[in-house]
Amino acid sequence: MLAFLARRLVQALIVMFVISLISFSIQDNLGDPLREMVGQSVSEAERQQLRDELGLNDPFLTQYGRFLSSAVQGDLGQSYFFKEPALEVILAKLPATLELTFGATLLIIVISIPAGVYAAIRPHSVLTRAILGFSILGISVPVFLTAIFCIYLFSIELGWLPSYGRGELVPVWGVWETGYLNKDGLLHLILPCVSLASIMLPLFIRLIRSEMVEALHTEYVKFAKAKGLRKARIYFLHALKNTMLPVVTVGGVQIGTMVAYTILTETVFQWPGMGFLFLEAVNRVDTPLIVAYLIVVGAIFVVVNTLVDLIYGLINPTVRLAGGDK
Amino acid sequence: MSTDTSARNDVVVPGRLERFLQSNFWYSFKRDKVAIVSFVVLVLMAGSALLAPVIAPTNPYDLATIDIMDSELPPFWAEEGEERFILGTDDQGRDLFSTILYGMKTSLTIGLCAVMLQMCLGIIIGLSSGYFGGRIDSFLMRVADIQLSFSTMMVAIIVLAVFQASFGSELYSQLAMLMLILVIGIAEWPQYARTIRASVLAEKKKEYVEAARVMGFGSGRIMFRHILPNCLSPILVISTVQIANAIISEAALSFLGLGMPVSQPSLGALISSGFEYIFSGSWWITVIPGIVLVVLVLVMNLLGDWLRDVMNPKLYKG
Repeated sequence: MLAFLARRLVQALIVMFVISLISFSIQDNLGDPLREMVGQSVSEAERQQLRDELGLNDPFLTQYGRFLSSAVQGDLGQSYFFKEPALEVILAKLPATLELTFGATLLIIVISIPAGVYAAIRPHSVLTRAILGFSILGISVPVFLTAIFCIYLFSIELGWLPSYGRGELVPVWGVWETGYLNKDGLLHLILPCVSLASIMLPLFIRLIRSEMVEALHTEYVKFAKAKGLRKARIYFLHALKNTMLPVVTVGGVQIGTMVAYTILTETVFQWPGMGFLFLEAVNRVDTPLIVAYLIVVGAIFVVVNTLVDLIYGLINPTVRLAGGDK
Repeated sequence: MSTDTSARNDVVVPGRLERFLQSNFWYSFKRDKVAIVSFVVLVLMAGSALLAPVIAPTNPYDLATIDIMDSELPPFWAEEGEERFILGTDDQGRDLFSTILYGMKTSLTIGLCAVMLQMCLGIIIGLSSGYFGGRIDSFLMRVADIQLSFSTMMVAIIVLAVFQASFGSELYSQLAMLMLILVIGIAEWPQYARTIRASVLAEKKKEYVEAARVMGFGSGRIMFRHILPNCLSPILVISTVQIANAIISEAALSFLGLGMPVSQPSLGALISSGFEYIFSGSWWITVIPGIVLVVLVLVMNLLGDWLRDVMNPKLYKG
């Protein structure tokens, strides 16, 4: 297990290193920090002097070293547009994105497990056909279309739910503003969460169903049936437990995908999160903000994937025994 | 003499078409209504997209034929609709029907080209990874793992956003199609590489590979001419789904403004341009291309599901 842990951490470090290299080359090539600082009216000689002072003429490695050491200290430069440290601007928007992802994940877990299990247990019922039909339709509808249709139906035609923003927020411990604790915030959360969940839900229903069908045909389930155990016990204790193994792995990868899809969802719903901010930054060529987003999102991906692998190692003994060989 | 013997034994070598008609593949296709309908719809859509310049009443790329006074007209069955524009017009006064046909062509082209690129990369990497094994294998698969852990969408959004920011949107819109193909193509190669590697690992232990090796053929020849043809069915199975995914990705990227420009819209770009008008009641600019996109992707996914069932007799249908 220790070797597995060490190998996983080394891999995470390498990935973070590559991300930092990419981020740095973006920062190096995209936009001109001098123009942002002094404008057009400064002479060429003064510019050169300023370049030297700022170290912009140093060799690549020196500059990269400087970038890395300040990045480790949490300094990713000032956002050109907000005139504030880029990292702070990004992190201020993090709660909105996390709440959106949390809501969507909750929906996915609550719906996909019962639906997938039901479809596996009763393969020929009408409801199963409806579930599978819905899931193939769901895979085929892009998330932004789901979002647009939701807005059109529930906000414009019916007028039940708000279509943009986070609504009223409640501060928690002074650092986090949540929409989960009052009615207005919750109402604002419904449509974005449903849209974001819609992209992953069909996938998980299909995955859980097929894994569960496979589990139901194994010897130990047959044995449990022969032993006369209650059906519910067989399904939910014996079969579901083994179904969840691959689901955890896929789930970990999909959390990353979900972060990507928050960009789409946030754009449609004008949700003030990181993804929306990132697209604005791209349109304004706000390089430090783009770089900060890259690093924060990269870190989220790496942490989540490492955690998922470790959890998988914990719940699946074969990984541990083989010393991490998958 | 030899023809005589074959005639006496009644051995008739069936032609390709005949063999196809007798195959399990054709048999299960004939019996599956969903597959037939999906196939017909797909052929109709792809055909009309291909023939867009012939079928379409107007050319949406030709600025001279567009009249801004015609903008935002509803479809002909609505009250203010006109017969000239069957499905209404978009915000720039383009005939929506023609624009959708051209958009479908763009979307399909990008989807197909991107998947070809994925397939080429995936086949080369997957084959060499599975065939050579050892360090090359573990290195390539580790890279594939890492690339898969960053979702395609994320990679595509970031790469395209950075390119757009550094090229400026003018130049970018000229290169958009190429960029989309490259990005979607490169980001998804691990899907193919993994699938192919898995089947190569199974194939390479078989006797015909050993025989070929004994005969002294080079690795390249064995890999591409002996092993690859036996790995084609999983490639076929994932290809349909991959094209559908590529089309969805392209639509999503265009929706974010990172894809095709408004002057040459794909389905996603068209939906995006209509989104601003949905609040003012012009639903058709968004909804109609949206339905076309969903139907296109849906029939591909249905065909992909059917293919997987046919090619993998082990799996059964629920």
